[in-house]
Amino acid sequence: MRLSALEQAMLAGEHGEAVAEALAYQIRVGEFFGAEDFVPITNAHMMGDIEVMGDSGLAHLGGFRSKGARCRVPVTTNARCADFAHATRLGQDEEEIAKEKRLIAHLQAMNVVTTDTCINYQTVYQPHLGEHVAWGDTGTVIYANSVFGARTNFESGPAALAAGITGRTPRYGFHLDRHRRGTFRVVVDTELDDLADWGTLGKLAGEFRQDYYAVPVFEGLRRTPTADELKHLGCALASYGSMGMYHIVGVTPEAPDLATAFGGAPPEPALRIGQAELDRVYAGYDVSDPGATLVVFSGPQLSLFELKALAERFAGQRVHPGCQVFVTTGRGPARDAEALGYLATLREAGVTILEGVCFYILQNLSEMRRRNGWHNLISNSAKLVNIIGAHRFNTILRRTDDCVAAALTGRVTGAQS
Amino acid sequence: MSERQHIASLRVARAVGEPVEGLALVSTEGFSPRYDLDRWTGLITKPGHKLEGRSIVDRICFFPTAKGGIAAGWAFPDIAAKKLAPRALVFGVTNPVMVQGAAFAGITLTEGWEPDALAVVRNDDLVRIDPAERLIHIYR
Repeated sequence: MRLSALEQAMLAGEHGEAVAEALAYQIRVGEFFGAEDFVPITNAHMMGDIEVMGDSGLAHLGGFRSKGARCRVPVTTNARCADFAHATRLGQDEEEIAKEKRLIAHLQAMNVVTTDTCINYQTVYQPHLGEHVAWGDTGTVIYANSVFGARTNFESGPAALAAGITGRTPRYGFHLDRHRRGTFRVVVDTELDDLADWGTLGKLAGEFRQDYYAVPVFEGLRRTPTADELKHLGCALASYGSMGMYHIVGVTPEAPDLATAFGGAPPEPALRIGQAELDRVYAGYDVSDPGATLVVFSGPQLSLFELKALAERFAGQRVHPGCQVFVTTGRGPARDAEALGYLATLREAGVTILEGVCFYILQNLSEMRRRNGWHNLISNSAKLVNIIGAHRFNTILRRTDDCVAAALTGRVTGAQS
Repeated sequence: MSERQHIASLRVARAVGEPVEGLALVSTEGFSPRYDLDRWTGLITKPGHKLEGRSIVDRICFFPTAKGGIAAGWAFPDIAAKKLAPRALVFGVTNPVMVQGAAFAGITLTEGWEPDALAVVRNDDLVRIDPAERLIHIYR
């Protein structure tokens, strides 16, 4: 890679050991992808929690801190693995929770702003068209690239932290014009009435081309999508297809028309998605055991408007005995929803609200599943029902109303019921 | 091992890490340490995964694609520290997180293959990876 004078000085250790170490690591990654140089960034968003990083990651952070590492651009954190107010009730390990607190202290000492949210793009920072950032998780990345027209690759925890420490990231992938053009065309020929429908659209297009550099171009949408709908579409594309960008003709900023989205003559449609395709997805889940003991609204965290909509659905109702319902959100939406009475409504119905976490990241989740006898996990998040597989839930995607009905009746409802 | 015959060599598009040798574990389904792996045992636990119940520990794992996901960046060094890591990850198509995680953990990783590894390599073949030469040699 071609290094500037500043970067050469960083690599030589003139800006401290931690900076040199971070830049050397970034160079290894950049060279793999054939990056010619670095691009300065304005913002980083990193995953860092004890469930995923373990003792070795905690030791790494401690080592970085002791070497004087300090982020030089604003760095925020993704959802973490424990809401400390609920850790004991959920049976999470005290020792691991203590480590999580040490981990947070390390990050804050390195000038990281521990926001603990996977919807930073809705609640914390909205980069503008062409702005280079270094974000993870994947839902944040695909939203930044697609909806804002900002530029970022998937940046894992260590990579985003390194970017925060050096203030730059290798210039490859979605930082380059050539990777931002559409690669296949998807015609949508149905109404998308629920967040789960948008996630299902993302699942279908994602599974069609499991490739980081595949960029679907959607056309045919019958109305302007909301931010929450684009959130669920992007999260599903990133989850099922490992994709980092999409276009919607006439909606997203780099797709005013088909030709612009593709950077030239558009190809023939590769995929057509109508109501029958959506229905087949919902019908494909195993509901041979229709019991609903766990309903989860999470992955990604809920926005204020999602919390409001959910509170309206649960108002005056009670969760069925034996069923547990979880909602996860960030601190910002939680504060607003508390002030507006939405959380009180949800709690009165028997819903548990977790802050600063995402359900699939929860520390000790497999043990939690066994202890509670959870088999089915019912959710309106296409991402969640895909990502949580290693914990051996039987996951069932349903529209939001069907999820609420399952929570209230103790039985899975919906397309296959 | 001396009785094994060289049956093929694959050229890869990109590689990171040190030369490594081990036994193949081949999947026709993609992989993510978050989606598919019990990171406390090294077993693939996602119900229905093509390798469900198999261990990736010390294997040279062949996957056509990467799934998801941002977790590999921390998960790979974590499983390496727990002695549960594969010796190498050989992807048809991967994503940056897998590369970032492998580079951080010191796990050899390659992307792109010619010819198609899934048509050539079988479970328990002996595999030697030379990242500098971007070559993978298969012995059976």
